[in-house]
Amino acid sequence: MNYINLAKIAKNALLRNKFRAFLTMLGIIIGVASVIAMLAIGQGSKKSIQDQMSSMGSNLVFIMPGSQQRGGVMMGNSGTQSLKLADAEAIRLQCPDVTAVSPEVRSNAQAVFGNQNWPTTMFGGNTFYLGIKKFEVESGRLFTDKEIAGLAKVCLIGKTVAKNIFPKGTDPIGQTIRFKTVPMKVIGILKEKGENSFGQDQDDILFAPYTTVQRRFLAIDYITGIYTSAASEAKTSAAIDEMTEVMRRQHKISKPTDDDFRVMSQAELVKTFTSISDILTALLGVISGISLLVGGIGIMNIMYVSVTERTREIGLRMSIGGKGRDILMQFLIESTMLSVTGGVIGILFGYLISSLVGSLMGWPVVIMTNSVVLAFLVCSAIGIFFGWYPAKKAANLNPIDALRYE
Amino acid sequence: MNNIIIEVENLKKDFYVGDVTVRALKGINLQIAKGEFVAIMGASGSGKSTMLNILGCLEKPSEGEYKLDGVSISALNKNELAELRNEKLGFVFQSYNLLSRTSALENVELPLFYNSRVKAKERKERAIAALESVGLLDRMHHMPNQLSGGQQQRVAIARSLVNDPVVILADEATGNLDTRTSYEIMELFQRLNSDRGKTIVFVTHEPDIARLTSRNIIFRDGWVVREEQVKDRTYASEIIKLLPVDELDVKITKS
Repeated sequence: MNYINLAKIAKNALLRNKFRAFLTMLGIIIGVASVIAMLAIGQGSKKSIQDQMSSMGSNLVFIMPGSQQRGGVMMGNSGTQSLKLADAEAIRLQCPDVTAVSPEVRSNAQAVFGNQNWPTTMFGGNTFYLGIKKFEVESGRLFTDKEIAGLAKVCLIGKTVAKNIFPKGTDPIGQTIRFKTVPMKVIGILKEKGENSFGQDQDDILFAPYTTVQRRFLAIDYITGIYTSAASEAKTSAAIDEMTEVMRRQHKISKPTDDDFRVMSQAELVKTFTSISDILTALLGVISGISLLVGGIGIMNIMYVSVTERTREIGLRMSIGGKGRDILMQFLIESTMLSVTGGVIGILFGYLISSLVGSLMGWPVVIMTNSVVLAFLVCSAIGIFFGWYPAKKAANLNPIDALRYE
Repeated sequence: MNNIIIEVENLKKDFYVGDVTVRALKGINLQIAKGEFVAIMGASGSGKSTMLNILGCLEKPSEGEYKLDGVSISALNKNELAELRNEKLGFVFQSYNLLSRTSALENVELPLFYNSRVKAKERKERAIAALESVGLLDRMHHMPNQLSGGQQQRVAIARSLVNDPVVILADEATGNLDTRTSYEIMELFQRLNSDRGKTIVFVTHEPDIARLTSRNIIFRDGWVVREEQVKDRTYASEIIKLLPVDELDVKITKS
């Protein structure tokens, strides 16, 4: 028996019941389409998190103060004042895989210009800070090392702040705004960066020399963070190790559990957040997988009914020379044709839904080739798996009983 | 040269229904030669259907010997029996058993689909030739529901011819048809028998139909009780001439 003939027989049998074949495929179509669309949405959100995170600098490594014991009293992470400028300097000198280092201090207050005011955060850093955090100066200039040393009252302004305190048409550069009553001269405008993946407006900032923020606004001698760039994304873990070592030496810490600082990398954060997105993707995938399974059971159901309904046909086929395995193969091919055709249509619909979701709702979608291949393979497997039992039933019929079946 | 197509010797068939053994055939001996047109007759329960199933290689005897065209079927397994049916037998059923929503041509082609030696082109040619021999060439693209009962049975006969079998087994092939159509079908069978030398075994319980064949074998209670040559054999074509003309029938069968 050749398979081309069997395939023709199966095809003709399906075409005799076009509408039923379509309804049977519908379960698979919906299942596959939802698997593809859900995975595309899940992957899209993962990719957008990755993109946005790396827009903050994929080689970013930073140190935050950690909890610290002081006379038996645990201090919270933010209450500690463990980071010093000397730590930043030591990292700059002693870590070969770190290319740029900047201290960070922050101060929250109202920025005031004329009769307008706006609550914002002033970040203090050195000349490397913008590069490390992937900010760019759109117009004007960055402050100089001389201005850092002189606690100069200069700042760069983010787009959001500029929009809110300057009337339309005013060039902020050269203007003087007040922050905590200190007059600050605007020397540059930061290029727009948009929201980050947590919905934070990254343009709602002022940027000034760390010395200015530290002394003039906060009157402290510690810093709130150290931001660095590793030589490359691949070097981040090496950079973390080097920085941890330098920090322990600086703070004279022998046991890792005594660390009063935390070294983190953007890459790690990305990992954390994409793992959440991975769980979400898996969840969506499983749910649509269940609908695919239900579609498969639908095929089994229809094939089962079809075998009963076509008992006489099976009897006839056997009487004119169809062997048990010919009948088995015919029904297997029928169910596989149903599931594979449904799968192909489902893949097309999956693409359609994904791109509709992408364009209408503005969600990021990424269709992965392997999810398409997987869906296709699963479909074929479903056809064979769920077609097997009805096909076996058909093949085992006794031709005499089948011919006489009413 | 051996002319015996069907040779049955002391053939028995028992069925087991729960604890009860039903002896359907109790020891049958019969021979059918090439070119014969044999009617197997008998009341229901006489064993004639069981006989036909065994002759059709759909079932194996419990005891005894059955040789079809020199091949003893006792030694064959299910798949070999299927091949034998495919190559040596043609079936015609009471209820036609055509595939619905499938054209006459495709219905006739069906047995050749199960024979991998026949290529697609040859398959179609042979199916067309078979349809031509039953006079339905112009209906080959019609679906069964577009054909009358007689035409459907002709398609079924074409299907039984297409593999060029050594014997055609017909089971009450006229049972669902009116008198005129029955005789038309019988005329076709007679023509296949006389013009093309086809061996035909025809199961029926109608004596009128049996008289159209060349030999009658009468079954009762699992035995062959009588076997006789038909002396005053009638010809369906002559009987049809004597039947009252029905306008509707003429219209349908004219083609």
